[in-house]
Amino acid sequence: MNALENAMIEKARDLLEKGVVKRVVGWERGEFAYDPSPATFESAQSLESFVYNDFCGANLSKYLIKVSKNEGKTAVFLKPCDTYSLNQLIKEHRVDREKIYAIGIECQQKLDHFAIEKIGIDGIREEKYDGDEAVFHCVDGEKRAKKEDVVLLRCLTCKSKKFAIAEDTVVLHEMTESCGDRFEEVRKLSGMTADERFAFWQNELSRCIRCNACRNVCPACTCIKCVFDNPKSGVAAKANDVPFEEQLFHIIRAFHVSGRCTDCGECSRVCPERIPLHLLNRKFILDINENYGEYQAGEESEGKTPLTSYQVTDVEPGDAVRKGEDR
Amino acid sequence: MQRIGVFICWCGSNIAATVDVERLAQLIKAEPGVVFSADYQYMCSENGQQLIKNAVKDYNLTGIVIGSCSPRMHEATFRKAAESVGLNPYMVEVANLREQCSWIHKDREEATKKALVLLRTAIAKVRLDAPLTAGESPVVKRALVIGGGIAGIQAALDIAEAGFPVDIVEKNPTIGGRMAQLDKTFPTLDCSACILTPKMVDCAQNENIDILSYSEVEDVKGFVGNFKVRIRRKARYVDETKCTGCKVCMEKCPSKKGLNEFNMNLNNRTAIYIPFAQAIPNVAVIDPTQCLKLKTGKCGVCQKFCGAGAIDYTMQDTFVEREYGAIVVATGFRPINVDAFNEYGYSDNKDVITSLELERLMNAAGPTNGVLLRPSDNTHPKVITFIQCVGSRDVSGCGKPYCSKICCMYTAKHAMLIREKYPDTEVHVFYIDVRTPGKNYDEFYRRAVEQYGVDYIKGMVGKVWNENGKLMVQGADLIENEQVVIPSDLVVLATAIEPEPSVRKIATLLTASIDTNNFLNESHPKLRPVESPTAGVYLAGVCQGPKDIPETVSQASACAAKVIGLLVKNHLKTNPCVARPDETACNGCSQCANVCAYGAITYVDKEFRIGGGKTETRRVAQVNPAVCQGCGACTVTCPSGAMDLSGFSTAQILSEVEAICRK
Amino acid sequence: MQEVNTENEKFVPNIVAFCCNWCSYAGADLAGSSRLSYPANVKIVRVPCSCRVNPTFVLKAFQRGADGVILCGCHPGDCHYVTGNYYTRRRMALLFSFLDYLGIEKERTRVEWVSAAEGAKFSAVMNDFVRQVTALGENKRISDLRVKEE
Repeated sequence: MNALENAMIEKARDLLEKGVVKRVVGWERGEFAYDPSPATFESAQSLESFVYNDFCGANLSKYLIKVSKNEGKTAVFLKPCDTYSLNQLIKEHRVDREKIYAIGIECQQKLDHFAIEKIGIDGIREEKYDGDEAVFHCVDGEKRAKKEDVVLLRCLTCKSKKFAIAEDTVVLHEMTESCGDRFEEVRKLSGMTADERFAFWQNELSRCIRCNACRNVCPACTCIKCVFDNPKSGVAAKANDVPFEEQLFHIIRAFHVSGRCTDCGECSRVCPERIPLHLLNRKFILDINENYGEYQAGEESEGKTPLTSYQVTDVEPGDAVRKGEDR
Repeated sequence: MQRIGVFICWCGSNIAATVDVERLAQLIKAEPGVVFSADYQYMCSENGQQLIKNAVKDYNLTGIVIGSCSPRMHEATFRKAAESVGLNPYMVEVANLREQCSWIHKDREEATKKALVLLRTAIAKVRLDAPLTAGESPVVKRALVIGGGIAGIQAALDIAEAGFPVDIVEKNPTIGGRMAQLDKTFPTLDCSACILTPKMVDCAQNENIDILSYSEVEDVKGFVGNFKVRIRRKARYVDETKCTGCKVCMEKCPSKKGLNEFNMNLNNRTAIYIPFAQAIPNVAVIDPTQCLKLKTGKCGVCQKFCGAGAIDYTMQDTFVEREYGAIVVATGFRPINVDAFNEYGYSDNKDVITSLELERLMNAAGPTNGVLLRPSDNTHPKVITFIQCVGSRDVSGCGKPYCSKICCMYTAKHAMLIREKYPDTEVHVFYIDVRTPGKNYDEFYRRAVEQYGVDYIKGMVGKVWNENGKLMVQGADLIENEQVVIPSDLVVLATAIEPEPSVRKIATLLTASIDTNNFLNESHPKLRPVESPTAGVYLAGVCQGPKDIPETVSQASACAAKVIGLLVKNHLKTNPCVARPDETACNGCSQCANVCAYGAITYVDKEFRIGGGKTETRRVAQVNPAVCQGCGACTVTCPSGAMDLSGFSTAQILSEVEAICRK
Repeated sequence: MQEVNTENEKFVPNIVAFCCNWCSYAGADLAGSSRLSYPANVKIVRVPCSCRVNPTFVLKAFQRGADGVILCGCHPGDCHYVTGNYYTRRRMALLFSFLDYLGIEKERTRVEWVSAAEGAKFSAVMNDFVRQVTALGENKRISDLRVKEE
């Protein structure tokens, strides 16, 4: 139990008891310390299993599409970067603003359970941060690791500590923004030769098992009927001998979320094959920023996206590609 | 399974010389679905068409592919032929074997091979063709003209003359617009009021014209042929039906310090007023921000003296809703605010004025009764300097990047009129370029220089400052290559014009697209210059781009012709190749509406069954087929692929691609 | 080396050209009526507007064995549908840059604005594009990015 978690439970209890909201979307204790899972709490009693710790990386905004269809208001706990996703969903009329009570919560970088496992730490019972280190109480004693080795990739280049949308906040300590350049990897790749880039992506994407986790977790992938599940779309595989869907899934997905992706990084977080999918989305974001002006999806809850607007003076496609080459 | 017939045209020797048409007709028989194929010398001829018609009947064809010239040439011909024998015209596809094959290739083998691919591609498309029917929508035979300046007046008169009722909605208390403020007009120098006011009277007297002055468009729904418009009639506090325009109220009104907008604020008016003598309607209006009775409750003088009993201090805004088949936007312009141009000292010196202010100072009905007196001390100015392009062709961000088009001509007019009336006056004009295209325009300008001795100086003005009551105008003379300073009594700024700002709201209501300078976009800059991309909306006058009176009137009449052409129809046929959303896959995310140039997409909340006896309400897109033009921008924006385009469906294009790539 | 070169000379690329109905398709017609030839391996798909071209169409073409894909539309500002090609410009700029990022040669994709009067330009563009794609050789990459099948 930590002070922040307590404060959040109190907030949730208060909202539920006063009838301000009908339910609260948060995290529920899992089987292990590192697997809290998103959950809806409808009563003060149910909050017993509520948890908020450094493993609560999941972005809860996508759950609101469904949950907020129910009667009454829904409260939701959102880390700063998650608030952008909610805003984007509101912009796309996928979530009714009136029915949401958004609570911005403190986030001091979230842990990547895969990364921890990779450096040989398991059997975690509890975790805490101690300066630049993460301290784990494991079944076989206390273990320490450098924070930068065990937090989620996206947390190393945190895009903002601002709440894009929030009625209320629960923040006990100042949040420090990590100042890494989130486009560094994209730039590095762009600087390679076409052959090298192809080899890189071939190596990464060939591991894809089409489990759809990236799609299912993505707060921008919210289609009622996904093109990959809709035979009428011409994209979904009709027969086994048509490898189109298999081969182009990630390209099409990245294009579909371009201009709408808030760079929340959930796709890479959940990929069981550890494919750096965020590097696909960030390429679009970088191109948009460089060609059409800085744009952060989800910063606002209305307006057009870069792909539904234009400037008469926009760069020509050929020049846009060449520009990438010059870098 | 479709029963497809393939017809290959020789086009004399145009196709047959390079493509082995007979072999092609044989080869294509092997394609699945093809039940008939034939080649013929001229498919488009009477006999060729007969061949197609007979085959449709004899072989019960459900779709046909013609291998011929470009579909841009004869697609309509073949569709008509198909329709005449009961086949839906949209079940016809054309493979372009002439422009895209026989005419550009020499090798017979290669061309024949390509022709086969082109036919297969067309077959792939026809397989997925669905019969389409053009819809019909009725036309309300009434037009709305927004804006009662010369553009609106001309359009309304022309439409009314053709026998259709027209409403003019004017936000000011009178129609007449900017032209009513002008003194003389170029290049003929006839008096503006003398040619405008009779037209205003014509409007008032025309049975088909209803003038809704002091009114604004509040809301627009519907589409071409069926607009529903809500109009706010602002409270005038004077009963229009009772007021006789006797002006007794104006004599008696104690509040005399209001700025006279009609005279560009150069003098004052009373709180109750008629903007100018020839106003239409010739009815008073009370300015509620100035009227003592409305502000303090104490006064009521006008009511006491009004013999007609027309004054009603309790009047409220009212709303009328009317239906229209077509809308003409003629919202006009205003001069830009020149306060930002510090170098010309407009805000600091009373004797630095804009051209429109000069118009009023020279107008017999203006604040000085037509005697040119400078505003600071009411003396005759002896040296007058004109500065051109103030805010026009200005890319600094202060002004407008475009040429305002009218300034060169009206400055020549002003210069000439001043020299004519006051020959002892020195007139200088600083200009960047003098632009005078137009009938008798350059002659007019040359007269100013050659006959009237106006001093034109090529160069821009850097600064104007006041030195002992003289306005010192410092500028460059590019021809003499020197700096000059002209001590002047009056400085006139040829101020850039910009669209009247209310046009933004109108554009939003009409989903008419607008450019970065707030000018309304025309549907095509060359070929459809008076039509807005929104069907049924037409553009007249400066709201579409800077222009002078003759051009404005021409455009207004062109608008009227378009409106009349629309209103004579009882029904509109709609293009069936339009977007159609699959509601079961629509997310309601609004992205499609964001890219629609025509405002054809709206959203409704609909209930859907979600299993288990439950329903949920979802926001889904709806396409108005009467408004959609069928470009397909929405289909690509839609992430779920819910939006498709009839006639060019996703499945069809993908299958065409597959047919081309088939090895 | 010598062998590869001769192979490339024999190699005839398959090119899919999406042309908007109002400008570029008419431009292609004009190329035809002016007898301005371009290679027979260019095949045109008629679309109402370049903005009808979904990235999926481009990907499908590549995956089905096209070696190059070109989109032609009205010049910006001249779009029959007012703003359609502006959207095309953004979409394709992003898509092509993205494909290039994945290592799919940028020379295989192109957008050209061809008006109805530019028959000569249409022919020149197609000749140039075919030359460019021929030099690259067969497109293998996009269909085996994941090396799962075939």
